Amino acid sequence: MAKIELVDIAHSYDGGETFALKKLNMTWEDGKAYALLGPSGCGKTTLLNIMSGLIRPSEGKILVDGVDITDKPTEERNIAQVFQFPVLYDTMTVRKNLEFPLKNRKVPAEKINERVAHIADLLDLTDDLDVRPGKLRSDLQQIVSLGRGLVREDVAAILFDEPLTVIDQSFKWTLRNRLKRLHLKTGVTLVYVTHDQTEALTFADDVLLMRDGEVVQVGSAEDLFLNPSHEFSGYFIGSPGMNFMEATVTDGVVEAHGVAVGKATDSSLSGPHRLGVRPEFVEPVSRGGLDFSVTKVENRGGFQLAQLKLADQTIMAKLAPDVAIAEGDTQQFRFVPEKTYLFKDERAVGALKSTQSGVQK
Amino acid sequence: MNTKKKNNRAWFLVLPVVIVVAFTAIIPLMTVANYSVQDVLSPTNRVFVGLDFFRQIATDPSIIAAFQRNIIFSTQILAIEIPLGIIIAKLMPRQGWKAAAALVIVAIPLIIPWNVVGTTWRVFARPDVGLLGVTINQFRPFDIGNTPADAWFTMVLMDVWHWTPLVALLVYAGLRAIPDAYYQAASIDGASAMSVFRFVELPKLRRVLMIALLLRFMDSFMIYAEPYILTGGGPGTATEVMSILLAVIAVIQFDLGQAAAFSLIYFLIIQIFSFIFFTVLTLDQRPGPTPVKGKGKRGKKHLAEEPTGVTNE
Repeated sequence: MAKIELVDIAHSYDGGETFALKKLNMTWEDGKAYALLGPSGCGKTTLLNIMSGLIRPSEGKILVDGVDITDKPTEERNIAQVFQFPVLYDTMTVRKNLEFPLKNRKVPAEKINERVAHIADLLDLTDDLDVRPGKLRSDLQQIVSLGRGLVREDVAAILFDEPLTVIDQSFKWTLRNRLKRLHLKTGVTLVYVTHDQTEALTFADDVLLMRDGEVVQVGSAEDLFLNPSHEFSGYFIGSPGMNFMEATVTDGVVEAHGVAVGKATDSSLSGPHRLGVRPEFVEPVSRGGLDFSVTKVENRGGFQLAQLKLADQTIMAKLAPDVAIAEGDTQQFRFVPEKTYLFKDERAVGALKSTQSGVQK
Repeated sequence: MNTKKKNNRAWFLVLPVVIVVAFTAIIPLMTVANYSVQDVLSPTNRVFVGLDFFRQIATDPSIIAAFQRNIIFSTQILAIEIPLGIIIAKLMPRQGWKAAAALVIVAIPLIIPWNVVGTTWRVFARPDVGLLGVTINQFRPFDIGNTPADAWFTMVLMDVWHWTPLVALLVYAGLRAIPDAYYQAASIDGASAMSVFRFVELPKLRRVLMIALLLRFMDSFMIYAEPYILTGGGPGTATEVMSILLAVIAVIQFDLGQAAAFSLIYFLIIQIFSFIFFTVLTLDQRPGPTPVKGKGKRGKKHLAEEPTGVTNE
């Protein structure tokens, strides 16, 4: 177990013309669970493969406890990887599968038996040791391939590359929780790649949100949701994502679609910005709000999803199920000020000031 | 009522296939079966002889010798072509123009007609002008026309040259179908190249190799044109395989009854061998008694585990 540092890591698959992974500095603290979240092709898997040594980064270096391992081959790194689908040696029993990495490293037989027994116990595989993994359910197969990583004592980190992709829907949740419990039990650093925000947010201590080879925000699930520092965090996290509208700031007053929506926290801001507010923070108010026309209401059981119009702009609002609202109405809503952000060049630069008088008619 | 109607229509849909199969396989085969049990003395005079022809064929020493030659030949070429095909496939480039070039070069022998192959090798093996014959002649006398071992060697070599590419291409396709993750996992596990072959590639090639083995066995067991052109079965009977003998009985001696009985026995042998191969090679992929028992046991365990698992976790 160790601290892993990425120093100025960047990778290009085409000799420097385009970068699949742009320059990145990151420290993976020992024992934490991280998620790499982002849409397909954002560089998550590239980053993962750089760490496991399957790809040599075009630039930068990787340090484990201060030791440079950039040029070390995969088998000499203390990193285990679990792939999108269970990768197992079909002709070996579960036991042989677990022994395999140790045997290749010439670990003495006694030690192997001890480790395999320990891991089988930890993963609840003791009863399945003497069957071939092909006969097991797919989520258990993933557990076996995880076991093959854990069986080495010196494992510094386990990398998961979308490990739930081929797992039956009904077992996904069970497996995810099992992984989480294992993380707590073993204290191994976990890095989990996924494009599913629920998976990432429930699994990890820290989520690295990626887009186009760049990490746009690092933070807890709560941070990404409540304090998006980048427009992409607002857009990608949450369902539906953040509402964005063009806004202009003049003398501290934020105006969108010709309507003043509030004052900026930072009075030095001025000029065109983008205003972002999550559907959860568009609140109905009895007075003092902005007039919206309601174009569509969907009852989704636990909440209502309303489609509102402010001038030409469509705004989504997530409302409690008991809020009285009907299509065709005109109602007053307000943007919860401290949760309404101003973005400039996609970066959050401020929010709306939390004052009752901030909202004008 | 309704269901019955639908069923009848379904039979009509099968009819074209039945007709095609009847004309291409069943009727010809029945004709052969018909000939095998009667002695055709003249177009108007035939005598039912029962299984006499079968008895004659099964006890004919020259046919038994030819059968043994077939077995030895098939065993030898399989023992060479399967490993050699795997080695070639492993050495072939995996991508780019080199991969395309390698595929074309490897595939060339496959597109040459059998009798052309025979002719080519006949010339190739000539001790006076053939490259192979002349080369070997530098070290020791080589003459496929007079030395049985030389003829046999050339026949095996010819088949290896002609058909190893088929095995290589099948294996190559099989290798390309293995997801990269398996290689990556093996490298993380610290597996040696030998282990990767043994535990990743070979198990994944299992089905492909089974197809290669079956195809090559059946084909080599029925081999005709190449040895017929190369040696005509000689010198003596050194390379006389069953198909050559069959052709002699059917076409030259025009003994239709014996030839028909021989054909059926031949056909049956290939069927039986193929069936044995297939059964043995797919043995542990079938739901046999042991795996089913194991599955049931585990299934129960998980049934008991799941509800608690879901609520607890």
